[in-house]
Parts: sequence; C-alpha cells; structure tokens
Amino acid sequence: MDDPKTDLPQGTLDLLILKVVALRPLHGYAIAQRLQQVSRDVVQVPQGSLYPALHRLENRGLLSADWKETETGREAKFYKLTRKGRASLEAETASWKRLAEAVALILRLPEGGAE
Amino acid sequence: MSWLGRLLRRNRMEERLDRELRFHLEQHSADLISQGHDPAQARREARLALGGPDQVKEQCRDARGTRWLEDFAQDLRYAFRSLWKNPAFAAVALGTLALGIGATTVMFTVVRNIILAPLPYSKPARLVAVHVRFEKAGDGWPMSYPNFKDVQTASRTLDTVAAWTWAGFTLSDPPLRVDARLVSAGFFPVLGVRLAEGRAFLPEEDKPSAPLVVILSYKLWQERFGGRPEAIGSRMVMDGAGYTIVGVAPAGFQLEGATDVYTPLGHYQDPRMFNRAATFIHVIGRLANGVSLPQAQAELAAIGTRLAEQYPRINSGSLLPVPLNREVVGDVSSTIWLLFGAVAFVLLIACANIASLLLARAVSRENELAMRAALGAGRGRLVRQCLTESALLGIVGGLLGLLIAAVGTPAFLSFWPEQGLPRAGEVHIDWLVLAFALATSLACSLLFGLAPALRASLRRSLHSGARSASAGTRRLHGAFVSAELALTVVLLVCAGILGRTMLRLSSLDPGFRLQGVMAARVAMAPGVDRDPARVRAVWRDMLERSKQVPGVDFAAAVDVVPMRNGINVLSYGLVPNLPPSSQKPALSTATTPDYLRVMGIPLLHGRFFNDQDKPASEPVIVIDSVMAQRAFPGQDPTGRRIWVPALGPGPVTVIGMVGHVRHWGLAGDDAADVRDQLYYPLSQVPDSLMALFARVTSLAVHSSSPSPNLLESVQSALHGDPLLFDATSMDQAAADSLARQRFLLTLFGAFSSLALLLACIGIYGVLSYLTRQRVPEIGVRMALGASSADIRGMILRQSLTMIVAGVALGMAGAIEAARLLQKLVQGVGPTSPSTYMAMLALLAAAALLASFLPARRASRIDPLTALRQE
Repeated sequence: MDDPKTDLPQGTLDLLILKVVALRPLHGYAIAQRLQQVSRDVVQVPQGSLYPALHRLENRGLLSADWKETETGREAKFYKLTRKGRASLEAETASWKRLAEAVALILRLPEGGAE
Repeated sequence: MSWLGRLLRRNRMEERLDRELRFHLEQHSADLISQGHDPAQARREARLALGGPDQVKEQCRDARGTRWLEDFAQDLRYAFRSLWKNPAFAAVALGTLALGIGATTVMFTVVRNIILAPLPYSKPARLVAVHVRFEKAGDGWPMSYPNFKDVQTASRTLDTVAAWTWAGFTLSDPPLRVDARLVSAGFFPVLGVRLAEGRAFLPEEDKPSAPLVVILSYKLWQERFGGRPEAIGSRMVMDGAGYTIVGVAPAGFQLEGATDVYTPLGHYQDPRMFNRAATFIHVIGRLANGVSLPQAQAELAAIGTRLAEQYPRINSGSLLPVPLNREVVGDVSSTIWLLFGAVAFVLLIACANIASLLLARAVSRENELAMRAALGAGRGRLVRQCLTESALLGIVGGLLGLLIAAVGTPAFLSFWPEQGLPRAGEVHIDWLVLAFALATSLACSLLFGLAPALRASLRRSLHSGARSASAGTRRLHGAFVSAELALTVVLLVCAGILGRTMLRLSSLDPGFRLQGVMAARVAMAPGVDRDPARVRAVWRDMLERSKQVPGVDFAAAVDVVPMRNGINVLSYGLVPNLPPSSQKPALSTATTPDYLRVMGIPLLHGRFFNDQDKPASEPVIVIDSVMAQRAFPGQDPTGRRIWVPALGPGPVTVIGMVGHVRHWGLAGDDAADVRDQLYYPLSQVPDSLMALFARVTSLAVHSSSPSPNLLESVQSALHGDPLLFDATSMDQAAADSLARQRFLLTLFGAFSSLALLLACIGIYGVLSYLTRQRVPEIGVRMALGASSADIRGMILRQSLTMIVAGVALGMAGAIEAARLLQKLVQGVGPTSPSTYMAMLALLAAAALLASFLPARRASRIDPLTALRQE
C-alpha cells in the first residue's frame, strides 16, 4: 500500500482506457485491474474517476457498451472500442508520442546549458 | 443511446449504473478475499478504493449530458411545491400576471391584425387612395367622376386607377334593402382580388348603355342563392330592373365596410356623373413598377393643377395619393395604440408588483439560500433556481393570460363603438400572437425574477443579519413602488382628462332636439325617380300620411341628417362670379317647411320656408348663426343675397337665420373644417336633380310621446311605398358621436382603476414587509421612548417618500400623455391643472390609505415581544 505511486497526468486516463479496451472488450473492474497490471502498479488508477471517464467516452461514441456474462457467469457491462474510438486512439497516441519525445528532448538538455 | 434516450430512460440508466458499480465492488472484494483478506475487511477496502459510491454516481450522471435538464426538472418541482405551499402568494401573482398579459395580448392581437398586418389584397403596400384636399374644407374628400376619368387617362405613375362610390338597392321577392358599391371595371383587378365565383366587370360593362350586371357579396350569395354556382348567369331584380349575376366576391372581402352587391359605376345614370363639381367618387390606384409614393404625389399634384387651370369655374382641389392602409384603418389606429400603451403600463405595474413580492419572499428565504450555498450550491445554480421559479410564474400566468385573450378579443371587438372596427373580421389569434404572449411572459418573469435572483446570489453567508432588511433592499422596494405609482399617475391623469372631456362634451348643446326625433332613409318604388313630378308627389304623400300616424307631431323630408353619414357641401360667395378658390364651403341641407319644428332648431331671425316657396318663386335660403357671423358679421342677414353656383347662376335671398347644429357630432363639430350651414327648400331643387334627391332623401319625424316602433307605424301607414330603412333616433346618433370618447374613457377608467388597485396592493405589501423586517428596531425605539405616534409617523414618512418620488416621476409622463391625448382624441382640450390636482389627490389618498394599515400595525408593536424576538 505504501509503494511509490504516480498520479496520472491530466487527460491521459481517457487515452489509457482506450488503449486497454482496444485489445478486447472489458468490463470496468477488468479495465482497472489491467491498467494497474500493465503499469506495474506505478500508475495509480483512481477508481472513482474511472467510471465517469467510461461513461463520458461512451457518450462521446468512442466506446460502446454491452451487458454480457463474465467467465464466472455474472452479468457485467463490457466496453469495447468503436471505429470512432479507434481513430481517436490512433490520433491521441501519435500526439502523445510527439509530446513525450519533445519533453524527453528538453529534459536531456544539460542543466544551465541553455542559451 | 441518444441524448433524449438517456433523458427518457433515466430510471433504467440509474439502475444499470448501480449494477455496474456493485459488480465492481463485488469483484474487487472477491479478488481481495481470494488473496487472503478477511471478507469484511475486503469489502471495506474495495469501497475505499472506489470512493464514495454516491459521488461516483453523481460524476457519472454529469457525464451523461442531461444534467442541466434534470436540474431544471428538479427546480421546477421545487418551484411548484413552493408555490403550492403559498397559495395566497401564487394566486395574487398569477392573477395579476394573467390579467396583465391577457389584456396586453388582446391589444397586441388587435394591433397586429388591424394595423400591422398587410391588407388582404395583392401587394397592398403598392395601393394608394387618391384624396382631394380643398383649401377651405380640408383633406380627404372624394373627387368627381369626370376628374376621375381624366386622372385615369393622365396618370403614368399609377398602373391601374379604379373608382367606387356608395349606393343602395331594393331587391324584390322578398323585398330587401341592400348596400351597394358602384365600382369601375378596374376595381377588383387593382386590388388584386380574385373573385370566388365568376368574373370581374368587363370594361365594356362599365359604360352607360351596357347590359345590367351585378357581382354579389359572398354573404348575399350564401343567403339568397345558398352558395350555388348556378347563381352565376341568373337574373336578380334590383330597383325593378333585372341584373345578370356575373360574379361573387370572395368571403370576407371588403373595402371601407361590408357591402352586399357591386354594379358597374360607368352604368350609373345620374347628372352628377357629368358634373365636375359633384365630388362623390372614391379613387384607388396601384403604384406602377418602380414608382415611389413621392413620385406619384408629384405627378398627381401636377394633374390636379392642370385640371384646375382647365376648369377655372370648378374648385377641383388638389390631388393627394395616400397609402391605402391609412385610408382603410384611418384614425382608429391612434385609439388602438393609445390602448396598447395603457395596457402595457398596467402590465409593467403588475410586473413591479410581482417583483417586489418575490423580493420580499427572497429576503425571507435568505437563510435557506445561505444554507444551500454553504452546502455547496454554486452561485449560478441558485440564480437558476430563483429564475426557474419566476419563469414558472411567468409561463403559467402567460397561459392564463392567453385564455383571457382568447375570450377577451371577441368581447373587445364587439365593444368597439361606431360602425365597428375596420378589418375586425380579420382579427384572430395566430402563431405570432402566441409567440408574443410567450415572449411577454418570459420577459416579465425575467424582469421580476432577476432582482430577487441576483440578490440571492450576492448574500451567501450564513451570518445572521438577514433578519433586518438592508438599506439596499429597502431602496429597491422603494423603487418598485415609486415606479408603479409613476405609471399609475399617467393612467389616472389620462382617465381624468377623458372624463372631463366626456362631461364637457355631453353637456354641449347639440343645437337640435335629441328626444323623440327619428329619421329613416326612403327608398321609392322602382322607376319613380325618373319622373320629377312623381318624386315630389311621393314626398308630399309621405309627409301627409306620416302626420296622420298617432304620436307623430311633425314630419319633414330632408336630404342630410345631423350626425349621420352622408353630407352635402356647397360653395357660396357674397358676390357673383367668384373664382372657386375664393368661395366658401357650407354644409347644405335641402328640406321641407316643418324641418325646424321636427328638429327643434331655433329660428333666430326672419322666417323659415313655407309652402309658398315654389320652384318658380324667388330662390331662398336660410343660414345658421355661424355662417351669418362669417358672411355678415354683426348684421341682420335677412334679405341679403348670396350666390351658390350649385343652386343656379342667379343670387339666392337669405330669408332667415337659425341656430347652429353640431352636425359633425358633439365632439367633432368644433374642430370640423366646414361649419357654415345653409338650408334651401326641397321644393326648389331643380327637376334635373330629382333622381338623385329621390334616392338620398330621408324622412324625419318628431313625436312628443316617442315609442320605439314609431317608425314601424309610419311604415305601415305608407303601405310599404316608399320603403323606410336605416332608421336612427337622434339621441342615439348623439350618443354614437361620442362613442369613441366614451369607449376610451371606459377602458382608461378600467385600466387606471386596475393600476391604482395594483399600486395600492404594492405599497401595502412592501410596507408590511419592510415593517415586519423592522420589528426589532421598532422595539428598540419604543423601549427608548418612542411613542406609537412617532412610529406611525416614521412608517408613513417612509411611504410618503416613495409616493412623492413616484408622483414627481409620473407627472412628467402625465404631461406628455395629456399632450398626446389632445392630439389624438377629438374634443380633448388643454388640460386644466385641476384635473392633475384631482387625480394626484386621489392617488395620494389611496396610497396613504394603503400605507396606514402597516403603519398602525407597527405602532402597536409590543416592545417586549419585539426585543425578545431579537
């Protein structure tokens, strides 16, 4: 519980959700699990803001949802990526990469070496 | 799911949201349990990780995008509940608003349909009426037929020029008197009106020897022919001659009043048709493409000048085209705008009243609002909630108002005096009226809701002090009351002015007897009018028989009856051969010897006509005191000679002078252009004019014991020949001549009473509220030795400040309104200061009375109770 954890930068949660759901339809709890697993518990997924984000993405038509049975035979709401969502994911990923590279470049500058 | 779907399936959405979160929690705790956690501990941890389920749900709902509407629904429910819990407040506010909006909507319906809506003709903005203006007789006269023909040929700026004049026919089997219009062939085409059946008149039918044709009104077609299309081509007998029906006018078609039949004007056989001095032809035209009204005015002015040069012996006057709309609606529009203004004032007062009521409520709800703000309600959210409440009031009030308007509009139209409102048949409530009512209600609710709403958002602390009204609130309340009073002053002064005008006008001497005098138009049997001797015989016989009827004291035949439509203006000069422009106009009456006795007009000098005044004897006239004063100031006019070209080239001798008759109505006569009056014997009317006089002459009788069916007895004594129609009693005619003033007075009286009542309610409400807020303060004052008289004085002073401010503001408006009334309403003179004083005294008395109750209540406050409250 006291591992060092990083808060998600503003706006990245949506991108992460889209990426996780891109592989196959998942329900909310599985999405939370998956996010935590892949980020090796580094990223603190605020479960409280997960659901509003899911609903928002659903409303914007990036995700669609179906009620299906889980492996354990229970009914759960599964989210999957729509075509619009996939397009958005690609666009967002590209722009995120550009941003990350730019940030990395800046961080690589020697200190005080500017100017 | 669509936005609307999400909104409508709100319950299902909620249930699913709940299931989704529950699933998450259960999965999480199951996982934790499988990792070896204690079940209770696992559930707790899962819950902690997710966060408060209600907060999460709330955020999910926000994400749904239907939030504002749900809030709105919630606000609406809350507003309903809070109004429901305050039935007295709701009733007063809604009643006030419904009345205000209802009255405003009625007036708007009338304004829209009668003034703003285009005439029901094709491209009505291009239509003009050509008026004739005489230097001495004023504006708006018709022209002569020969002049019309010349204008028709000469004008290039007017595409089509058409003419019409009034007439009447008697139908046979069963006998029926119908109103007719004689119209030129271009009449229907120029208006762009398509006939319901058949066709318009052909140019060749608009000629003297053409076969007789007639176009029926839609109404007559329905009544006489059951709306059968076979009526076209069949014959109808009018005045003993057979007319072929060629068309039916569309339903509701009218120009200056409804009519029953149309016949071609060019067919009309009458000496007047060839007389350039006989002005009885109304001319309408359509502006040619690309021609502006000023261009047409310039051209017609030039044509008029040319006609005057061509016929110097005839006073043609100058020609003036005016938009047809003004001709049709006439001066009615000023009355309508006046009433619209008055109604808008009442609505504003109503709004001010509701605003101060709402404000008072908002202040007493301050604690509640502060509590909501403390619990996290945003400022916008609070304002929205307050506005929702006033919007609800506004909408419900508006709907009630529309209901009032739906009932009130027909009532208002039937209440309209005189010959009814022009275009009244076109008045209906349409989408624009609905939009107007809705917009007005919303504007009102914004107007009266904004102040309390903004206030609610400004004070958001839970600190006390909400209990006593701040100086700002007090000023706001005072402003509302003052505004109401100012508006009320304007309405009251208007009502006062109209009331005084009414009193003055009704006390005026009409110049003739109103009691027991009745007049009716006379329709002779077909063909009689072609023989002058027979016409005279019919008159003689009619008067003889009428006098035999029990109850009839005197009877006279007369062409023009005071205060009734139809006049005859002749020009006269004091020397022979005066150019037309130097002659003066006089209202002329041709009548028989007993006329003065029938009408009770006093003979001031000389004699009136007698049976010795024959066609062959010396031509004589009698003049009234006004004409005598103008023509022979300070002298006895008897025996003097004057020249009236229309009566012949030679001089006529004045044999007597009679009192002036208020011919143009009690209100209108003083300001009328033509006030000189002359009388000439019907017996001396030349034979050539007999056919005309046979049609225009009326029978006037006097009875000292009048009974309502006196004329029916006369009619049966005449055995139906001639036929009497259009009967009027003189007292009715006099009352009708003041109908417009009376109508305005009644409505302004009602509006200003309503305004006064609302203003008093407003003062009472505001003072009661302010006094209640000041109870602790008053308690302290009393404990410190203030007497109840001091307290009473303090409250009354407070109200007096508001009253004085309102009155001062209102006076400025009232002076403007008085000026407007004087301009727009006949008979309104300069306003005497006493009218202002009387109305202000009334207002001040009412306002002080309304403030007295709260003041007395304040003075009876028990200081101990008051202090304990604090």
